Amino acid sequence: MTTSEPVRNRLPDLIVNGTLLVICLLWLVPTFGLFVSSFRTRDDVLTSGWWTVFPHREWATISTLPLPNGDHNQTMTVAGATGTFEQFRDGIATPGNKRVVWVGNKRAGRIEVQDQEWTGVPKFTLENYFDVLTGKEYQLTDINGVKHTYKGDDLSGALFNSLAVTIPAVVIPVVIAAFAAYGFAWMSFPGRKFLFAVVVALLVVPLQLALVPVLSDYVRLKLNGTYLAVWLAHAGFGIPLAIYLLYNFISALPRDIMESAVVDGASHFTIFFRLIIPLAAPALASYAIFQFLWVWNDYLVALIFIGSQPGVQVLTMRLAEIVGSRGDDWHLLTAGAFISMILPLAVFFTLQRYFVRGLLAGSVKS
Amino acid sequence: MAVIQEPFSPIQPRDAARGAAWLQLSITLVVLVVGCWAFVEGFLFLRDSSTPKLVGAAVAVVWAGGTLALFFFVASRIIELMPLRWAVRLQPFIFIGPAIVMVVYFLAAPAVRTLIASLFNRDGSAFIGLGNYVTVFTDPAMLVTFRNNLMWLVFGATFTVILGLAVAALADRSRFEKLAKSIVFMPMAISLVGAGVIWKFVYAVRDVSDSQIGLLNAIVVAFGGQPQAWIAQLQPWNNLFLIVIVVWAQTGFAMVLFSAALKGVSGEMIEAARVDGAGELRIFFQIMLPAIKGTVITVAATVIIFTLKIFDVVIVMTGGQYGTDVIATQFYNQYFSNRNFGLGSAIAIVLLVAVAPIIVYNLRQLRRSER
Repeated sequence: MTTSEPVRNRLPDLIVNGTLLVICLLWLVPTFGLFVSSFRTRDDVLTSGWWTVFPHREWATISTLPLPNGDHNQTMTVAGATGTFEQFRDGIATPGNKRVVWVGNKRAGRIEVQDQEWTGVPKFTLENYFDVLTGKEYQLTDINGVKHTYKGDDLSGALFNSLAVTIPAVVIPVVIAAFAAYGFAWMSFPGRKFLFAVVVALLVVPLQLALVPVLSDYVRLKLNGTYLAVWLAHAGFGIPLAIYLLYNFISALPRDIMESAVVDGASHFTIFFRLIIPLAAPALASYAIFQFLWVWNDYLVALIFIGSQPGVQVLTMRLAEIVGSRGDDWHLLTAGAFISMILPLAVFFTLQRYFVRGLLAGSVKS
Repeated sequence: MAVIQEPFSPIQPRDAARGAAWLQLSITLVVLVVGCWAFVEGFLFLRDSSTPKLVGAAVAVVWAGGTLALFFFVASRIIELMPLRWAVRLQPFIFIGPAIVMVVYFLAAPAVRTLIASLFNRDGSAFIGLGNYVTVFTDPAMLVTFRNNLMWLVFGATFTVILGLAVAALADRSRFEKLAKSIVFMPMAISLVGAGVIWKFVYAVRDVSDSQIGLLNAIVVAFGGQPQAWIAQLQPWNNLFLIVIVVWAQTGFAMVLFSAALKGVSGEMIEAARVDGAGELRIFFQIMLPAIKGTVITVAATVIIFTLKIFDVVIVMTGGQYGTDVIATQFYNQYFSNRNFGLGSAIAIVLLVAVAPIIVYNLRQLRRSER
């Protein structure tokens, strides 16, 4: 930047970064709240907002007094504060930043004198993660001293299920589509343009259309509720985008390389394995990340083809089920949701470069 | 899209000794038979076994890889034994065959089968013509559904495009470009079920007398308001609180595309405008925006397709209650809860018709790039 116009640029700079900061906070805060809550105890999560973990001043009782004598429907004076019962109930400020509060009802309450004090170090725990992963029971004591036993959730099984579903559901379409993309890009055959047009048309066909007929076939083959059912379905639904992405990349490879290989007597298979696969590695990685995130985060396909088979259910299904059946167990939900996000977030941030490249190549545009 | 290259046909390497052909053929056949047996056994094993999950997954990768390897090995062997003319003609279909079989079975054929099923009654026993479509377009619950999807489509696409554009343009001028982009991009890695949990926590509501644990209600109460059940009250505007979630998740996608497009806008033109005294806003609206019009259309179309099919968010947040049903949840309800196969299929076809203009647009772009 030249030094001749710093004054003109300083203000926009502030506006630019300020607006950006606000947007980033809006984007970050919901996830951050979930993350913080997953480490708080059940009681804390259910009784106070997650933002209270930050140091702040809170009303703390410094002394408790008995109720004043006399008519409680009249104006009263207690501990230097004067007011009606209603005013006392809302708290009356007294000199020295203190307040006087009537706790409980009109007849049998108590008077508390409170002062603002800094909160201590918040309590954090890993209990929620244990409870939601191992399915063990946990005990809590309520205010009356009665112990209650609750059941956690067995998400560790679902975590493995998600892995078992995702890995083959990524590998199978990548391999099949790589062959097809090469075929479309570098081989001539009747109907080539038509078949490629079919693939492009299928890019945006809603998979809802496919669920019913495929499900009825699966039921006949007794495939329903197995991993195999989900692998094949994900592969089928993912292949059009895979072909499209890989085709764009492979067809743009320089023709000379291919031709010199042909001169050397290489067959299509040799060219494919020795030249195309290594050269197309970035594109293969792009699509693999796409498909990984898609399958790992998928809910609908798993819901339809795995259904109620408890031993096979994936993370998203278990999580949605906890939301439905025990939506107020926020200590379990926050931890469970975070468990389901760790792997995709890790993959996403380490391989973001490839993902962005795939996104740019895959968006259907001219 | 890349230009379609002229294909070429390498000469097939031939075995000099033709006499060994029979031996070759019998080896190939043995491999084929053994392979088919392994394929069926693998299929049955994967279908019926209850082995540890990751072992199953490993077997599956080997099985799928082995099947594909077998297919390509046998096919290439057979082709080598064929007359050259036939070999050249058949080889492409070995490359594209498996993919075509998969997409036809999993997408193209089901579209036709669903269309046929939509013309039959609830259990497929009697032909009722367009009866299901009459129900789809007259049933009051379905009309609410269409209204909701329209809201999703309009607000979802508009907010995503505006926010994505804003972040891309702002980040381009900021020193914190990478950080800001990563933060906005992050929700793309999260499942919509997970995103639903995140936002359900933001919208959580407690009794007036308790302290609020949901961020939104805590803010409202701090400013002296009453806590609200955001996703249940104020119908139909409660849909907006669900739409926010998808905007939050999709803005990163829009931003990446816009960012790349904006960086492609000619710097000379912008510089020239700046020299002429045009302000930043004017440069943005009169030079940059027209230059990236194509990308705006792409992003809007992608978000529209996405919101038309929206399912996870609604199921997790409301289960379709409080007037938040959308086409995809209605499809699920009709098919899997009501067991009305005909009506469920008709709803799915409506979804296909809704995306049809985008299919036509894509095909037209493809034809243009081939020319």
